[in-house]
Amino acid sequence: MIEIENLRLDFSSFCLDDICLDVKESEFFILLGPTGAGKTLILEAITGTGPVHGGTIRVGGRDITSLPPEKRGIGIVYQDYALFPHLSVMENITYGLRYHSNSSTDSRRWVEELMMKLGIRHIADRSITHLSGGEKQRIALARALSVHPSVLLLDEPLSALDPNFRAEIREVLKKLHKEMGITFLMVTHDFSEALFLGERTAILNHGKIEQMGSVKDVFSRPKTPFVAEFVGMKNVLPAVFEGTSARVGDLVFDIGNMKNEGRSFIAIRAEDILIRKERIAEGDTNVFACRIMNVADLGVLQEVSIKCGSTIFTAILSKGDLLYLDLSESRDVYMAVRNSAIHLL
Amino acid sequence: MKKKIGKDPWFFITLFCSVTVVTFILFPLIEMVTQPSLQDLKDTAGDTDVLRSIWLSIYTSGLAAVISFIIGTPFAYLLARKNFFGKKVVESIIDLPIMIPHPVVGIAILGLAGKNHWLGQFMQSIGIHIMGTVTGIVTVLTFVGLPFYVNTVKTGFEAIPVRLENVSRSLGASMSGTFLRVTFPLAWRSMLVGMIMCCARAISEFGAVVIVAYHPMIAPVMIYERFTAYGLRYSQPVAVWLIFVCLALFILLRIVSPVKEKSGD
Repeated sequence: MIEIENLRLDFSSFCLDDICLDVKESEFFILLGPTGAGKTLILEAITGTGPVHGGTIRVGGRDITSLPPEKRGIGIVYQDYALFPHLSVMENITYGLRYHSNSSTDSRRWVEELMMKLGIRHIADRSITHLSGGEKQRIALARALSVHPSVLLLDEPLSALDPNFRAEIREVLKKLHKEMGITFLMVTHDFSEALFLGERTAILNHGKIEQMGSVKDVFSRPKTPFVAEFVGMKNVLPAVFEGTSARVGDLVFDIGNMKNEGRSFIAIRAEDILIRKERIAEGDTNVFACRIMNVADLGVLQEVSIKCGSTIFTAILSKGDLLYLDLSESRDVYMAVRNSAIHLL
Repeated sequence: MKKKIGKDPWFFITLFCSVTVVTFILFPLIEMVTQPSLQDLKDTAGDTDVLRSIWLSIYTSGLAAVISFIIGTPFAYLLARKNFFGKKVVESIIDLPIMIPHPVVGIAILGLAGKNHWLGQFMQSIGIHIMGTVTGIVTVLTFVGLPFYVNTVKTGFEAIPVRLENVSRSLGASMSGTFLRVTFPLAWRSMLVGMIMCCARAISEFGAVVIVAYHPMIAPVMIYERFTAYGLRYSQPVAVWLIFVCLALFILLRIVSPVKEKSGD
């Protein structure tokens, strides 16, 4: 549906080079990356509101690279809603209808349906000034969808919302995508949003795509240290590989038969590190003696820093586990990692 | 216990300076307004020359504001929305009329519109005369007032998030449609304020106008003429009427421009 080939955006202080993306029809695609990675610049290139210095953008097979924004048929929803402050809710939603050839009866019916779907019918005549963030984002969604865009772009639509509205709008987005079947391309820096909403994702860093694939795949098999850290792997460590083992500092991990050619890091999720008071003896488990350096209370979970040899690892435990194991700072314990929980990067 | 406030020396410094500034501005004006007798004011109000000059001042300044609105709005929009090579230089050029001594403005315009310059020859050939005409006065007033309009409206445009325009265009509106339906309704207050600023600057202009068009006489020129020919007593009533009329006009303009609704964002 959206094919981006060799997109180049060249600014004096920042450069996006050779960006290639392929978003399939009716897909919920997530463009992930930290602040300043260039995500919004890509969105602006797709909508036609930002410059493009090279490459092509196709939507539905049509080259739109040099088309003005109004001819592209692409909807956009911003994190700050971008509602027209001088117009009422209804006037905001119907703003674009006059530019599209549908009969006015059909358009009105469609707008009514959208408002019902999004639960904003009762505020149609109100001014947008005193509405909640959740209501404003629903209006922004209705406004973008009112003109039947072929693609809906979402620029961090959940970032500016309070946590309770965030969960609500997340559900709304999931439902809308399922019911309407149009292509959604969402930009975010929060991997948990990608896990909940996305089918496929691309991870952007410093103007380059580091990894692209299904969300589950990227989550479970990150290919670079950056992606590993981005998807929440706390322990990304440089390693030297020798046969079926990986040396990290003075520790040697058994990695089984994993292919390690060209790899130079191992990554272990914090939740995959087990902490025990006694040495655990299982065939495929790496066990090391270590010492607890710090326990940070994260609320429900506890983040435990442990030092094995010269390397510090981070593990996540539940509060119950922490109490049961009677763990505290400077305590000597054992760390266990199954070799299937070790990712090579 | 009631807390004692205002003991800090800074409080006394700000109080002293504030009173000094307000007195410095108001005192000469109050003196001037109160010095002429009611009879003098009444006589001056019946003087057709005075009325004509005040009216000329008002409508030439108004015309300068309208011209600034027409040619200054798209330019202010360009400055607010686009970055281009040499933008700082262009912005400095816009501010030049504020800095240049007023007679120099008059001499510069006259040099261009005079019969020794090709542009002046061309304008005269198509019937546009600058020297000693209302056209000349409006030209000078636009020259000095335009920077105030452009700067005010540019700030107004900058305050409108560009994302609103992006959304409008993504919904199918062209650039001009977006300007009319989104940008203009959100910026018209700053345009009105810009026109008031431009008008205010234009109505006070003397130095440049006196070189380009001594006649027909705008109010400041008439006040100057009466001062040099007859002294303070004859010039003051004209000045007082000019101040009253301008004050009334600007208050009226402020009243007709509604207060902006407070946004909940």
